[in-house]
Amino acid sequence: MSLLARHFESSGIPTLIIGSALDILEAGNPPRAQFLNFPLGFETGPFQDKSTQIEVVRQGLAGFESFTEPGIKPLAFSWDEGWELVNSREKNTTSSDSRAPRDTRPRYQTREDQLLAEQK
Amino acid sequence: MPPVQYIQRTRETYEQLGYPPYRWFHADSPPAFTKVSKPLADSRLGMISTAGTYIQGQVAYYYQDDTSIRAIPNDTRIGKLRFSHITENYLVEARKDPGTVFPLESLQVLQQEGFIGELADNYYSCMGGIYSQNRVKQELIPNLQEVIEKQELDLLLLVPL
Repeated sequence: MSLLARHFESSGIPTLIIGSALDILEAGNPPRAQFLNFPLGFETGPFQDKSTQIEVVRQGLAGFESFTEPGIKPLAFSWDEGWELVNSREKNTTSSDSRAPRDTRPRYQTREDQLLAEQK
Repeated sequence: MPPVQYIQRTRETYEQLGYPPYRWFHADSPPAFTKVSKPLADSRLGMISTAGTYIQGQVAYYYQDDTSIRAIPNDTRIGKLRFSHITENYLVEARKDPGTVFPLESLQVLQQEGFIGELADNYYSCMGGIYSQNRVKQELIPNLQEVIEKQELDLLLLVPL
């Protein structure tokens, strides 16, 4: 994502990342990033919590007006639902093959999606 | 909770799975910094998501260096948003509530409130986790550049998965 940010920023459009993997953001050194310390998969807010989702995006976007130089700043939200899911998700990848093989077959979320796309 | 070290974790997971190591982009120079010229409330905002977002009816992404993109109109019904991404283990909740990674509704609310001036007609999504940085530079970025230019944006929000 930082590659995209750096590209569009140098093409003249101010960019801002809202992201949750601090080490990956630091490696990519993007122009503006707001770090939300939530597990991956919740970069724009907690599950079924619309009001916090809106606040995450609001405070994230406020960075367009507050950054005066490139950097990564933390957003003031805390994840209170426990971090065990970070481990359990990784464990599942080895036991149940949830990181699927790399090939060029489209991976539809549902069978219905596939049928609809193939009708076109 | 100190930030999770995803690079180290993923390196270990891929090793166990027998996948080649993923090479994250490591910047070796400071980024450009374009000055924001007007308030957010007067700006036209676009978005790119690398969560592998598509709309039901569109072709899904594949998992081997897919550099294609999908247009997601800003008034898409949330129930039509889908995801296909190599790290699908992070998408369990997003597939039930896309607002956790693709803030379509949050942006609509913030625009209606006047916090954001205007929304791009189309957002764009693509797949993250592309192994080849050359293909990102030679295929994905030009694909996105072409469509983002047409959106005449003042600001661009980027949301990785």
